[in-house]
Amino acid sequence: MAQAVNPDGLTVRRGSHRLTFLALAAVLVGLGLAALALGPVAISPDRVIATLFGAGDGVESAIILQIRLPRLLLGIAVGTALALAGASLQGVLRNPLADPGLIGVSAGATVGAVLVIVVGERFGAGLPDALRPWLLPGAAFLGAGVVIAFVFALARRGGETSVATLILAGVAVNTVAGAIVGVMVYISDDQQLRDLTFWTLGALSASSLQTTLIASAIALLTVPAFIRGTRALDLFQLGERAAFHSGLNVERAKVVVALATAVSVGAVTAAAGPIGFIGLVAPHLARMIVGPSHAFILPTAVMLGVALILAADLAVRLAVPPAEPPIGLATSIIGGPFFLWLLIRNRGRLHA
Amino acid sequence: MFNVVLQRLILASGLLAASLSGLAFAGSENGGDRIVVAGGDLTEIMFAIGHGDRVAGVDTTSTFPEATAELPQVGYMRRISAEGVLSLAPSLVLAAHDAGPENALDQLRSAGVPVAIAPAGEDPDAVIRKIEFVGEAVGAKAEADALVQSYSAELERVRAVVADLTATPKVLFILAWRDGAPLAAGSETSADAIIRAAAGQNVAEGFTGYKPLSQEALIALAPDVIVMMSQHAERAGGLDEILQRPEIARTPAGRNARLVDIDGVLLLGFGQRTPTAIAELAARLHEDDPAVGRF
Repeated sequence: MAQAVNPDGLTVRRGSHRLTFLALAAVLVGLGLAALALGPVAISPDRVIATLFGAGDGVESAIILQIRLPRLLLGIAVGTALALAGASLQGVLRNPLADPGLIGVSAGATVGAVLVIVVGERFGAGLPDALRPWLLPGAAFLGAGVVIAFVFALARRGGETSVATLILAGVAVNTVAGAIVGVMVYISDDQQLRDLTFWTLGALSASSLQTTLIASAIALLTVPAFIRGTRALDLFQLGERAAFHSGLNVERAKVVVALATAVSVGAVTAAAGPIGFIGLVAPHLARMIVGPSHAFILPTAVMLGVALILAADLAVRLAVPPAEPPIGLATSIIGGPFFLWLLIRNRGRLHA
Repeated sequence: MFNVVLQRLILASGLLAASLSGLAFAGSENGGDRIVVAGGDLTEIMFAIGHGDRVAGVDTTSTFPEATAELPQVGYMRRISAEGVLSLAPSLVLAAHDAGPENALDQLRSAGVPVAIAPAGEDPDAVIRKIEFVGEAVGAKAEADALVQSYSAELERVRAVVADLTATPKVLFILAWRDGAPLAAGSETSADAIIRAAAGQNVAEGFTGYKPLSQEALIALAPDVIVMMSQHAERAGGLDEILQRPEIARTPAGRNARLVDIDGVLLLGFGQRTPTAIAELAARLHEDDPAVGRF
């Protein structure tokens, strides 16, 4: 489609994008290695490599294989899921504010998790011990799914999904979710209050290995669904009607994005908590770097999202050892002002 | 100042030595000499049985004795970082019953660090179980038994005096003011437990946990005495300012200037200083009772 419009321009872009991709990939590899090599316990690089090949001693194996590697994996899954969901939602809704938070997915997951933290003991008492660790991530996942089903059902009328209603419904759901969390805060005891506060600030390290593996697998399995929608996302930029007339099954494209978002963001939020900001910023940064074509935006956003998460996780890990602040603090404190600075710097270009 | 630097240096060299020795966390019989404690009550007991020098790191709830301020902080006890703890090369982790997350404890165990979980309980008798637990875990049974002895004797003595107190004043514990509303301690709180131990009646026992009260509700409860943690009283503007708050001034406590502030860790920590906490609170709740002279 875009090729038909300006084949030469695209070739040039592709060439410069290749450099961008390579640079980002190099940054990612560096961050990934740093995520394995750096932490409060100093382990030399050669020991890290030896451990990865199964030659580490007990402590090194425990730290690298059971603490750092799962964190790296979850970080990749979180960055990927948030970036793809954010980029796709922004594309489908043609709204730069859209992110999984805006339409209430994160809020749904939060309600699920907070309910388990505060009243889970009362209702989950009959659960067998084997199921207990799954209660919180399960509820968070379910919460995200319920919210997105509700929001999309509400916005759908006469076979069409109204973007305006969708966003408004998301705002309303956020309010209701905030109220439910408020009720839970009110009836919680001190310890539950601290637990739920910490949960809402996110962490790559709080979930068990099984939860981490399953959440990451679910999130990464949705990647093809997002990637397959890139052409649809480009068409959406022309307006829904024009997209429809170009032969796109508009409704189907929306449902795919909604489902993929619910599943992937629900899964990573269940494991890592609601990590804000990445879903909004990674797609924006990607657009600033590679322009409007979603075939470039999505992979760039993924690399940026993962890079941001890994950098934030390294920051909290190394900030005040042996303690560790929540990762949500780092993504917002470092990311927020950085994004503002970028916006101000690029103000002229964005309006052009 | 120089002392602090020196201590840090010694600590650093200790850490270095530990990491040079290949981070061997061989859990020795007595818990070793690098014990990380997650739980203020357990830290207090470690120091009280004279084994404070074996504590290599503490959580943010461990603020007594003062020596804990010099120790590495592993964060809030329900949110400890496994690798952070491992970086202290611990020989043993002493954890409160609700310390966590469970995942971090599992990671510590799989790194070969023994993790000992303390018994639950926030009442004067639970302290005995905690002391015995610490003694067992760190191989200091004799010292722990001695502490249990003196603790029980002291508790016994304090309780005997409390039993002789004639009145049962109506007490309200205010944790802090949140958005203008006082957060009061209901039943099933450590504040409720210590108030009852000191022969007071918690006027807010109608609800559980810490809940915000409306100003009217506070006046209706009509407490004779209001108790606060000193740190929070200071943050709320000091005793005089609190007494002049409209909702406080209209209670019997406000009219008679009966606002008691006691160090929070002492009052609510339920460590081995609990008898002292009961005695101090009882003495100030019953200041006109001649029996308090015997504390």
